[in-house]
Amino acid sequence: MTAISVPVPASNVGLGGTLRHGLTLAGRSVLKIRKNPESLLDVTLQPIIFLVLFVYLFGGAIQGSTDAYLQVLLPGLMVQNITFASLGTGVALNTDISKGVFDRFRSMPIARSAPLIGAVLGDVVRFLVTLTVLITVAVVMGFRVQTDPARFLVAILLLVAFGLCLCWISVFVGMLVKSPQAVPGVLIAFMFPLTFGSNVFVPAGSLPSWLHAWVVINPVTHLTDAARGLLLGGDWVGHAGWAFLWAVAIAAVFFPLALRAYRRRVG
Amino acid sequence: MSYAIEAEGLVKRFGSTVALDGVSLTVPTGKVLGVLGPNGAGKTTAVRVLATLLRADEGWARVGGYDVVTQANAVRALAGLTGQYASVDEDLSGTENLVLLGKLLGLSKRDAKARAAELLAKFELTDAAGRAVKTYSGGMRRRADLAASLVGRPQVLYLDEPTTGLDPHSRNEVWATVRGLVDEGVTVLLTTQYLEEADQLADLITVIDHGKVIANGTPHELKRRTGGQSLQVRPTVLADTPKVAEILRELTGIDPVVDAENGLLSTPVDNPLLLSSVVRRLDDAGITADELGLRLPSLDEVFLTLTGRTTPAPEGSLA
Repeated sequence: MTAISVPVPASNVGLGGTLRHGLTLAGRSVLKIRKNPESLLDVTLQPIIFLVLFVYLFGGAIQGSTDAYLQVLLPGLMVQNITFASLGTGVALNTDISKGVFDRFRSMPIARSAPLIGAVLGDVVRFLVTLTVLITVAVVMGFRVQTDPARFLVAILLLVAFGLCLCWISVFVGMLVKSPQAVPGVLIAFMFPLTFGSNVFVPAGSLPSWLHAWVVINPVTHLTDAARGLLLGGDWVGHAGWAFLWAVAIAAVFFPLALRAYRRRVG
Repeated sequence: MSYAIEAEGLVKRFGSTVALDGVSLTVPTGKVLGVLGPNGAGKTTAVRVLATLLRADEGWARVGGYDVVTQANAVRALAGLTGQYASVDEDLSGTENLVLLGKLLGLSKRDAKARAAELLAKFELTDAAGRAVKTYSGGMRRRADLAASLVGRPQVLYLDEPTTGLDPHSRNEVWATVRGLVDEGVTVLLTTQYLEEADQLADLITVIDHGKVIANGTPHELKRRTGGQSLQVRPTVLADTPKVAEILRELTGIDPVVDAENGLLSTPVDNPLLLSSVVRRLDDAGITADELGLRLPSLDEVFLTLTGRTTPAPEGSLA
């Protein structure tokens, strides 16, 4: 039996330590996904169902042809699925707290925020999975990126950044509700108007004026327009700017709220 | 004497509930303190404060000389925690859990794996090391929790009801492990509802009820303080029972309690010297005894005297 000495850390964890602990815990999230692939059903099966259902059911009615509808729908569906995928952070954190895993981490000499950072970074994996599934199925159905790899990459980065900011809403709700099962219930009530009250599925011009007024300021609309510009060609910078501002504003409001709820929840 | 754990006047309120109402306790380095009390007495709250998971509203506590509030991280580096709320991840295997904790504590991947294997072997979990923890039995699960709290080689260990819900066999295994750790010099604070557990493991006992410390001392002192001794005799020949009863009555002036079924006589005594008189008289009468001695009250009786309540029957003992 070899003795391995554990270093006694300083009284405070620095930035480097925080990042290292956060990454280690993000590694745990990835390991859990690998062990429990069915935890990915919501970011794999659901996007496929949405894609197939909307393209073949509504494509003809909305856009005149399913092929043309697929082109405009996919960028919007990417935004919608990123939004839904951000649910995972709140569920995962609430599960960890109610199962006592969180207290195990908190009893250790690691950064206080590391478990939060780990859960949020772990969600990036879910974002990338849902985007990969969507794009793959869409390409099989006939979708083609009209621009170049650089703009495609910008679109992906923009979507992931947006998802990372939305995560903090999910964390906030995850800290407020009692059981992990309640997290999706609360968040879906908020995500449906956010994603359906947008130009993802129908042109904004077809909507009644009161709805139109919301749709044109909705961050999902701006991000969808940016993604369409980046994948299909056309103007995107202005919309990306608005979407980015929205994302920063959401994070600025919900990051402190989530931290406060977190401190209150775990004492 | 140096104290590994010192707490003074801890108060913790949850809304209008007072969970801790001025709890003070000390644990000398290398000793085992049993914190005894009924459900809801405040034991777990006290442990959570000492483990830096909860901040007390009033009072202070030091672990290894470090303040639990202002030097919380140093306390966390020093102390390990095993409780039903500080748990391992059910989805991961035993090895994966321990390696993760090792990495968080700053071990390299190789060292973390070595430490995990070492601990799993120590807790006889090597065969189950690769299985998800959710497939473990209750006893295995508790051993895994215990192993998780030991990855960082803590000098102080909090065990919050470590055997609640375990069958007697698993309970004995946990006890053996705790004794082993104490032999290695670890200071242990153990909460329990089971007097037998405190009696088996603890050097010192603090009894808490309604958030207050109501008694303190060694198990022996507590037994002495809260009840007189009794003298017990079991004659070898059951037919001698009436004669022994007569001798006891003559010496103490009261009728002894006779357990006819077991042939056991007992009588309360205040003078320990009485024992030699009994021996002499039995000898004179030519009566031999299988059992003869002074007995302190059991901790159960002590607990009843202190709290006015009987202790709960151990859960899982029928399972």
